[in-house]
Amino acid sequence: MAPTENDIAIVGFAQTAPDRRTQLTEADLVLHATRAVIADVGIDKSEIGFTVSGSCDYLSGQAFSFVQNTDAYGMVPAINESHVEMDGAWALYEAFVRLLQGDIDVAMAVGVGKNSNSDPSTLFTIEFDPYYLTPLGTDTWSLAALQARALLESGKATERDFAEVVVRNRANAKSNPYAQVSGDFSIDELLAADYVRNPLRLHDLPPTTDQAAAIILARGKRAYDLCDRPAWITGIDHRIEAHLPTVRKDITTSVSTRLAAEGAGAGKGPIEVAEVHAPFGFQELIVAESLGLDASTEINPSGGALASHAVMVAGIIRIGEAANQITKNGKNRTLAHATSGPCLQQNLVCVMEGDQ
Amino acid sequence: MSHQPVAVVGIGQTHHKRKRADVSIAGLVREAAQRALEDANMDWGDIDAVVLGKAPDLFEGVMKPEMYLADALGAVNKPMFRVHTAGSVGGSTGIVGSHLVSSGRHKRVLSVAFEKQSEGNAQFALGGGKGASIGAGGAFAPFIRAYIRRSGAPEDIGWMVAVKDRLNGAKNPYAHLKLADITIDKVKESPMMWDPLHFLESCPSSDGACAIVFTDEDGGKAASKPPAWVLATAMKSEPGWYSGRDAVNPQAAHACSREIYDAVGITNPREQIDCAELYVPFSWYEPMWLEAHDIAAPGEGWKMTQSGATALGGDFPVNMSGGVLSSNPIGASGLLRFAEAALQVRGLAEDHQVGGAKLAIAQAYGANAQFFAMWAVGSSLNPLG
Repeated sequence: MAPTENDIAIVGFAQTAPDRRTQLTEADLVLHATRAVIADVGIDKSEIGFTVSGSCDYLSGQAFSFVQNTDAYGMVPAINESHVEMDGAWALYEAFVRLLQGDIDVAMAVGVGKNSNSDPSTLFTIEFDPYYLTPLGTDTWSLAALQARALLESGKATERDFAEVVVRNRANAKSNPYAQVSGDFSIDELLAADYVRNPLRLHDLPPTTDQAAAIILARGKRAYDLCDRPAWITGIDHRIEAHLPTVRKDITTSVSTRLAAEGAGAGKGPIEVAEVHAPFGFQELIVAESLGLDASTEINPSGGALASHAVMVAGIIRIGEAANQITKNGKNRTLAHATSGPCLQQNLVCVMEGDQ
Repeated sequence: MSHQPVAVVGIGQTHHKRKRADVSIAGLVREAAQRALEDANMDWGDIDAVVLGKAPDLFEGVMKPEMYLADALGAVNKPMFRVHTAGSVGGSTGIVGSHLVSSGRHKRVLSVAFEKQSEGNAQFALGGGKGASIGAGGAFAPFIRAYIRRSGAPEDIGWMVAVKDRLNGAKNPYAHLKLADITIDKVKESPMMWDPLHFLESCPSSDGACAIVFTDEDGGKAASKPPAWVLATAMKSEPGWYSGRDAVNPQAAHACSREIYDAVGITNPREQIDCAELYVPFSWYEPMWLEAHDIAAPGEGWKMTQSGATALGGDFPVNMSGGVLSSNPIGASGLLRFAEAALQVRGLAEDHQVGGAKLAIAQAYGANAQFFAMWAVGSSLNPLG
């Protein structure tokens, strides 16, 4: 295609090796991811017009944790820079909007999360309504289990279906050099395990990961200087829904995912590959249905969020993997999804296309 | 390029206080947002997207509170975004919101920033949540001492700023501190906190929120009250420490205002800008920022304070709202600066209005005086004519 100056593409993606417990700091992780993507694209860092990261103070265990991470950018002389307390997928959204201002043509989005610092079942009790939910000691795992139970009772899926998602993702992850969890498993073997939060077993839960990822975006013709086959972002949107899962009409579907997919124009053509951010395996079933995907779409060739799951990073990795399918694997139209919050409260959808 | 004009058509803020025990966190942000919507003559359903900004989550002890606040801010089924860039975050929240309109992504956007510092221990969180905090005053006092030594400014400059901003705050119905009877002697005799900063030269710790409604050119022209036009925005960052860094006069501060001036066509800031809201949490930062943003020549900023130029009736009023020294809900403080600049060019600042203000700038800074967010707003799209 002949890009207009308002067309924006992903031209590079890099991630660090996922680690259950790294000795590196978040700033180290950011340094490795950003250096790798800058080398991949083949530019000097001074050519980047805007840099934005997503990370979380509570995962780092200190206030202002992103401040040290910015040391990885090399900010002398001063740079255009921002930070979101969200997954790097939303940092990418800010970079996309920033590029649309028209005064710069290259931007970098970063996600970093050192999840090994804390026990997720303890830490994530405080990401909820502080008056009505946090005091109950509810954790993300328990709320996901309630969502899984609702899905079972709706008749849309069985525990066997849950296990099938895990078996498929872990098998896909075998060919992903950046997988923390991978391998061949049988459904029966998985179903024999004990529950962690009934009806969820350990393999249904996201792994705990330390990781960083970075993406470089370019605007208009500049994309061709940096990438032979850019992944043009033809649509990107994100939506949030009610916080309390009990307030939502039906937690076996994801209204915000459907709205984001509509906003991103997902249905305007066939999706060859979708990278879905489902921290809990069964959530892939909900998201795939809400995205309107059918059997013609290959879901999570990377192994998805079950292969590695650093909160604040897993979403931007989905975008990077779906972009790689275009930039490096010859696919024409792919979709990435990112999520945040209890029971898929907030969802982002990014649709990309390659030149045909 | 796709950059389209953006208008500020709604501004709201809470009554800032030491402790807003009468409202939850959701109640606090909703109070500001509701006032902004009323000012814009809009309702919740008119808003296309919401941007929330606040400083570290450790202030309230709620991780990613935007998830829980989605309902209170009418964001259900809409895009909701969360910004955190340290002390500059309020400014960044305004800029990110305005960009959603200037890029053509949305027609009407609500930016909200807040801090409810009474929910936790702000001093603890300011130290990174690791205890043994020297506080923001402890961090900035060395820079201030360096400024005084370098500029040869007399010691009463800081006291004058403290008095001036509190007298302005006394005219602002929303200000936390209303110290209409403050005097130089009272400032001087208040306890020494971080030499040379006395207690009354320091910002308070507040609960508060601020909200701005942005819309496009058509929306701005159709607004029932005068809009403020966003003329330029900039965010600049530099490391908090590096060899040769000038922490008193950070290059990121210069670069940030330079970008604004170039975009608007400002060649003589002191003459062409009618008033400024600068992030002054400790008195001496007024002259320091006047110099770092090239409004005063190097070493001359304190003379603007001394001569009364920065007072409400002066030729370059600074912090007409009372500034951070009168209200400091940290995450909201930047957006309050941006909102006051917009109020001034809309002519809606009432008792703290600068007569005939057509072009105003606002600034917020964060962390180790290393992150800067600024904008310029005008009563028209071309206030310099």
